[in-house]
Amino acid sequence: MLSASDLAKPQIIEVLDLAHEMSDVNEREIKKLPTLRGKTVVNLFFEDSTRTRISFELAAKRLSADVINFAAKGSSVSKGESLKDTAQTLEAMGADAIVLRHGSSGSAYRLAHSGWVQSAVINAGDGSHEHPTQALLDAMTIRQALVTNPIGSDLSGKKVLIVGDISHSRVARSNLILLKALGATVATCGPATLVPRSLEPSGGIFYSLDKAIDEFAPDAVLMLRIQSERMEASFFPTEREYSRVWGMNSERLSRLGDSAIVLHPGPMNRGLEIDAASADSPKSKILDQVQNGVAVRMAVLFHLLAGDKGEKS
Amino acid sequence: MNFILENALDTKGRSVEVVIEGGLIASRKSKDIDHELVDCSGLHVLPGFVDLHTHLREPGFENSETIRTGSMSAAAGGYTAVHAMANTFPVADTAGVVEQVLRIGKQVGLVHVQPIGAVTVGLAGEQLAELGAMHDSAARVRIFSDDGNCVHDPLLMRRALEYVKGFDGIVAQHAQDPRLTKNAQMNEGAISSRLGLAGWPALAEESIIARDIMLTELTASRLHVCHVSTRRSVELIREAKSKGIQVTAEVTAHHLLLTEDLAESYDPVYKVNPPLRKADDVMALREALVDGTIDVIATDHAPHPKESKDTDWASAAFGMIGLEFAYTVAQQVLIDSGASNLERLAEVMSTAPARISGLDRQGKYLLPGSPANLTLVNLGQAWVGEAKTHSKSSNNPYQGLDFKGRVVHTIFDGEFTLKDQTIRGTNTDV
Repeated sequence: MLSASDLAKPQIIEVLDLAHEMSDVNEREIKKLPTLRGKTVVNLFFEDSTRTRISFELAAKRLSADVINFAAKGSSVSKGESLKDTAQTLEAMGADAIVLRHGSSGSAYRLAHSGWVQSAVINAGDGSHEHPTQALLDAMTIRQALVTNPIGSDLSGKKVLIVGDISHSRVARSNLILLKALGATVATCGPATLVPRSLEPSGGIFYSLDKAIDEFAPDAVLMLRIQSERMEASFFPTEREYSRVWGMNSERLSRLGDSAIVLHPGPMNRGLEIDAASADSPKSKILDQVQNGVAVRMAVLFHLLAGDKGEKS
Repeated sequence: MNFILENALDTKGRSVEVVIEGGLIASRKSKDIDHELVDCSGLHVLPGFVDLHTHLREPGFENSETIRTGSMSAAAGGYTAVHAMANTFPVADTAGVVEQVLRIGKQVGLVHVQPIGAVTVGLAGEQLAELGAMHDSAARVRIFSDDGNCVHDPLLMRRALEYVKGFDGIVAQHAQDPRLTKNAQMNEGAISSRLGLAGWPALAEESIIARDIMLTELTASRLHVCHVSTRRSVELIREAKSKGIQVTAEVTAHHLLLTEDLAESYDPVYKVNPPLRKADDVMALREALVDGTIDVIATDHAPHPKESKDTDWASAAFGMIGLEFAYTVAQQVLIDSGASNLERLAEVMSTAPARISGLDRQGKYLLPGSPANLTLVNLGQAWVGEAKTHSKSSNNPYQGLDFKGRVVHTIFDGEFTLKDQTIRGTNTDV
C-alpha cells in the first residue's frame, strides 16, 4: 500500500466495506480479533506523528498483531542511511509489515522496490507525496455521512472541495486520486502559490473559498493543516490574511448545504484554517475520521497480512 | 612506439592510412624505422575526445573517484583530455591545488588532465579566487568555474568576466538561481507535482543565462554555459551568438537522451543537476547541437559512492557518471538519427572543446606534425550498458540500455591508452 493509485475502484470499495465491518469490532466490549496473531507490525516513523502512529498501533493490536514502534527521528545516522539500515534491522527482527512515515517523497516506494526488504510496506505518509490510508479514511467518512446505504457504494455524484496547501500536501494528493477513482468530483482551493495547476482536479481550481462554496457547492469540504513555515517562505503574507480568505468559519459553514460536512486530517490550527465553531459543529466529522482511521488501517493490515498475503503491495 | 593504422575511415568516410612516429602524426612513413601495423578495418578514426566537464573528485573525495580511475574511464570512453572540475576538497582555488591535479594526471598518463580553477574562494560565491595565479601556474588554467554552485551575485560575475580578460580566460557558469531552486529535486512540472518532489523550474537556469549573456556583452568577455538543459536556454544562446556575443555552450550526454519521467521510479540514479527535462527540451538541445548553437557535448561525469545513491530521493546526491557513454549517445543523436554527420560529431566531441579551452595539443586530428591524439570507433557495434565501468562509482543511468557504436582504440600522445577495448595498465597498477 504505497499509493492511493495502487487500488482499483472495486478494491477500494472492498477495503471500505471491510473497514465498515472492522468498525463494529471497535464497538464491542472486547475490541479484538485474533486474525493477525503471530504477525509483527513495525511502525517506522522518521517524522513525528502521534495520531497516525497511534491509529496504526491500535489497528494492529485489535487484530492481535505484535507492534513495535520505532521513532527514528533524531537518530545520529543521516536520514537516507537510516531508512535502508533501520528497515533491514527491523526486518531481521521478524517484521512482517513496515508502516513507514518519512519526510522524503517516494521513500515508501523506494523501500518497497529497492530490494532492501521483503516485508509488506504501508505508506503512512511520504514527504509531500501521498498518505493513502488517510484518503481511505476520508472516503469512508464521506461515504458514511453522505451515502444512504454505504456498503458496496462509491461516491459518484458527490462533490468534494480540498482547501489549503495542496502543493505540499500528501493528504490532498492521495485524496485526489482515491476520490476520483470512487467517482466523486474533486476541486481544490487555496492561494495560487499553494495550488498547483498541473494536478488538474476534475472540479476545477478556486482561489477563494467563498467562490468555491457558492459556485462548486461542495458536499464535503476537506480543510488541510497550514504549516507556519509556508508563511515564512512567502507563500502567503500573514496568518490573518490566510484565515480571512481560506479559513472555514461559521459564516461560510452556514452557506454550505444542509447535509454538507467538514473534514480535517488533524491536528487542527484552530483559528487559522478552521475556527472553533466550525470544528465543533454538527457538520464537522473530524472525530468520525479518527474512528474510521483505526477501522481503515485494520482493513488495510488485514488485506495485506491475513492469509499470508505478505507480498509487497 | 611507431604505428601505422591501416584501413581506417576518416570523418568523411575516406579510407586513410595513419602514420604515427614519435608520438606525432607523420605525413608518410619513414623508411628507416619499424612500425607496428594496426588493422583498423571497419573503424572510423576521429580526433581524440576532449571533455570540458569532468568531476575527478581528487583531492578529497577519493571514495567516489580518483584521477587514476577517472582517467581510465576517460580513456575507455575515447577521451584524450578531460577538464577536472574545481569542486574538490580542498577546492581547486589556488595554484597549489591545480598544479597537484595536473601533476597526478601526468603521472597516471592516460589522458591530459586539464584543471579548471574555481571562480571564487571555496566556491562560496563571495570573493574572487586567485585566478591570475592559477593561470600563471604550470596548470595554465584558462577556464574558471564554481560548477556545482552558480556565481549568482551579479556584481561578482561581472568582476570575474572582466578580470579573466587579462589572460584570455573564460568563465564557465553553472546557471542556477539558488533562490528559485531552494531544495529543488527534479524538473518542475506536472510530474514533480504528482510525485511531490520540489520543482527545479527551467526559469532558474534561463534567467541566469540571460543575465550572464548581458554581462558578457557589457564586459566584452567570454562566457561558457555549462550543461544547458532547456529549450529557452538554447534560444537565448542562439540569439546571443547571432549578435556576436562571445558565448559558448555545452550539453551533456544525459540531457540529450534521458527525460524527467525517469524520476517516477524514485531511483536517485536519475537525480542530477540540472535535472532531466522534458522530451521537448531534449528535442531543442539536439537541434541546437546540430545547428551549432551548442558547441560541445560534455559529460558532467559526476561519480558518487553507492551510499550516496542507495537512499530515498531527497537524501541522495545529484549527479551521474558518463565518460564511457558520451560517444555512443553522440552517435545516436548525430549519426544514427540522420540529423548530422561524423564531422560534426568530431567537432562537438573534440575540436570545439579543445579550441574553447586553448589546448593546442588536442583536436588537431590528422594534421601532420601534430600530437597523435586519436579515437577509433566502431559505428556498428551493438552493446548493452553495464553498471560497472572503469569509474570507481556506479551511479550509472545507462545501465541496461541498448547502444550502437563504441570506442575501440584510444591513442593519447602517440600511445594506445585503450586497445581493442582494453585499458593499458589495468592489471599492473590499479
